[in-house]
Amino acid sequence: MAPRHPAPALRRKHRRARLRTLAFLSPWLVGFGVFFAYPLLATVYFSFMHYNQIEAPTFVGLRNWTYVLGQMPLFGPALWNTLWLVVVMVALRVVFGLGIGLLVTKIKSGVGLFRTLFYLPYLAPPVAATVAFVFLLNPGTGPVNEVLSAIGVSAPNWFNDPDWAKPSLVMLSLWGIGDLMVIFMAALLDVPKEQYEAAELDGAGALAKFRYVTWPSITPIVMFAVVTGVVQTMQYYTQALVAGKLASGVSVGPGSSIQPGYPDHSTLTVPQLIYSLGFQNFNTGAACVLSLVLFAIAMAVTSLLMRKSAGLQTAED
Amino acid sequence: MPRPRSRIRSRAHHLTEPVRPAALLLTAVLLLAGCANPSTGSDKDDPKAPVTLKFWHGWSEKKEVKAIDESIARFEKLHPNIRVKSTGNVTDATVNQALRAGGGDAPDVVSSFTTNNVGQYCSSGMWVDLDPFMRKTGLDKKAVFPKTLLDYTAYQGRQCALPLLADAYGMYYNVDAFEQAGISRPPRTLSEFKRAAVKLTERTKGGSYRRVGFMPNYRLYENKPDRLFAQWGPTYFDADGKSRLAEGTAAKEFLTFQRDLITALGGYGPLEEFRTTFGDEMSSQNAFVTGKLAMHLDGEWRGLMLEDAKPRFRWATAPLPVPDDKADTYGRGYLTGTVAGIAHSSKHQNAAWELVRFLTADTDQVVTFANAMRNVPSTKAALASPRLDRDPAFATFLDIARNRHSVGMPPSVNGGQYIITFTDFAYDVESGKVRDLTKGLRALDRQIDNDTLQSQD
Repeated sequence: MAPRHPAPALRRKHRRARLRTLAFLSPWLVGFGVFFAYPLLATVYFSFMHYNQIEAPTFVGLRNWTYVLGQMPLFGPALWNTLWLVVVMVALRVVFGLGIGLLVTKIKSGVGLFRTLFYLPYLAPPVAATVAFVFLLNPGTGPVNEVLSAIGVSAPNWFNDPDWAKPSLVMLSLWGIGDLMVIFMAALLDVPKEQYEAAELDGAGALAKFRYVTWPSITPIVMFAVVTGVVQTMQYYTQALVAGKLASGVSVGPGSSIQPGYPDHSTLTVPQLIYSLGFQNFNTGAACVLSLVLFAIAMAVTSLLMRKSAGLQTAED
Repeated sequence: MPRPRSRIRSRAHHLTEPVRPAALLLTAVLLLAGCANPSTGSDKDDPKAPVTLKFWHGWSEKKEVKAIDESIARFEKLHPNIRVKSTGNVTDATVNQALRAGGGDAPDVVSSFTTNNVGQYCSSGMWVDLDPFMRKTGLDKKAVFPKTLLDYTAYQGRQCALPLLADAYGMYYNVDAFEQAGISRPPRTLSEFKRAAVKLTERTKGGSYRRVGFMPNYRLYENKPDRLFAQWGPTYFDADGKSRLAEGTAAKEFLTFQRDLITALGGYGPLEEFRTTFGDEMSSQNAFVTGKLAMHLDGEWRGLMLEDAKPRFRWATAPLPVPDDKADTYGRGYLTGTVAGIAHSSKHQNAAWELVRFLTADTDQVVTFANAMRNVPSTKAALASPRLDRDPAFATFLDIARNRHSVGMPPSVNGGQYIITFTDFAYDVESGKVRDLTKGLRALDRQIDNDTLQSQD
């Protein structure tokens, strides 16, 4: 009959193996603890506290939660804008990135020039790119509206119109599509050529080749682009803030502060609201509640996508 | 028969292993959270001992920085034991974050270009109460500072700031445009103002504007709703600190007048489109400087800028008009200003007080500084000083500052949040989104009260 407990030598061996594993894992464990677990737990803790970052925190129960979810009118628009951007911006970025990737891989001559042309805007710093876009689309003085009006098109007010402000941000993001283009190009060039040849022998046209050869091969990359795009867009902050401030024309001097989201809160995103609550109003509790809501949504959407991705890969296998 | 083991106890036993690290982590979080408060300073220092003070301010233009540096040089001459290291162009956000984070580089003396955040500074204890220092050094604040200015530098009896020059808001107008339109003097009542604004507006054939008499839209430069609303002499809060904008008729009348003026001048959309063609407020492309505006709300500092910019027209200043039924209050305006205080984390608070006292209450210093900055002096003695510059354009603002009907914004626990909320509401009104003003103002009051309550918890 085998002994119920392993021999001391075997136990020591297991312990050593565990310690070795832990030693190898320790950099990750430290990073996880310091940059994820601690901030997350602290956020949960402060979401039940009144804390202005000067006086000691005091427990207020669910007050911060009821305030954010029930009494703060900007929560709805900020959430709606963020989700709108997640759906529209991510979808269009993937479609455009893939389209340009396909275009560039199919071009016979001048490939280098086109790759550079499409990639260069991505290198522009986000603030500079936004400043340039707001200048180009200025309804009163911008060259875009002057050209449109010269050809008889009634141009919109772009960043100054609540209905056009978010689409203008999407246009700005599509202009800097270079990163996705490179990723898709790498994936497209990696599709085995013999599969295309086999499809051609079977009489497949361009659409059928894309549907049955290209798409299954690049699906994991598309999923990667979607998941990272969703996470990035959930944190969308800089471009919306800069565009809103510039387009509004409101001076922001040393003594002034403005509510982000111009015009009419149409570009207000959840991260902007978190910053505004946490570091302008020093309403730490409410900012933490909002952070947790955003975290929960991001986790739910990402898990859904990952599950979908696993399903696709299983089907493919 | 043995007693059955408690299921809860049994489950707890099984969970002991995984739970222990989480519990330890949670305890660490709680401990760290408790220790997160930045340290508080001390007022036990000897103001005659050698010390270097760190002073943060918002001035950044060459002339302004020169004026503040000269002020510091004068102070150092009077107090040879105190050196002052000043840092300019500092925003309220930076001050807020630095004082909350603490650390060795945090400032001792702080200033802010706005009075909006005083309530937050006082209620949180971020800026120390100055009353004990005033008592210690025999400064009678009521004798030194005008009441309105004292009111906007204190919150619920805690005087955590003192005025360091003031700003008064009035009207700049294009004298040539007035003459061309046959208008002999600046308007004093709102009906005169509306007639003049329409008369002074020139439109292009394409439907845009060459010039507007007055740009009513709230996003133009200093045209903030609270500044225009000052002409009605509003009451924002009742004695209990509850928002009361829906009570009385002032807010409704003000917002209605603004909407009417927008309609009379061509509508919100065309005016907004014209506004987007304006250059930066502080540049030579400022719309008043380039002649796109005939009347313009601005602060007293604009006079010095206009002298430098040399526009192609003659200009003059006047108080903003008042409602017709309040004609006797003509001459009033909105008051705000720079404020100074001592950081709670300063270890040299007595020495810091010497600097604050010199900058805010020394008559010679205040007059010299006001002349250099072309700002309104913030003490009674300085306002009456014969050394004060008194050219007619500037004198208008001195009179507005002295006018007993002029108003500042009341400090609140969450800083300028109620002003931002009010401004947002005014944006919705001017763009035509709010149909029922009474209902909208009630909701605005509720929102301001909710925000206040949230900050007080």
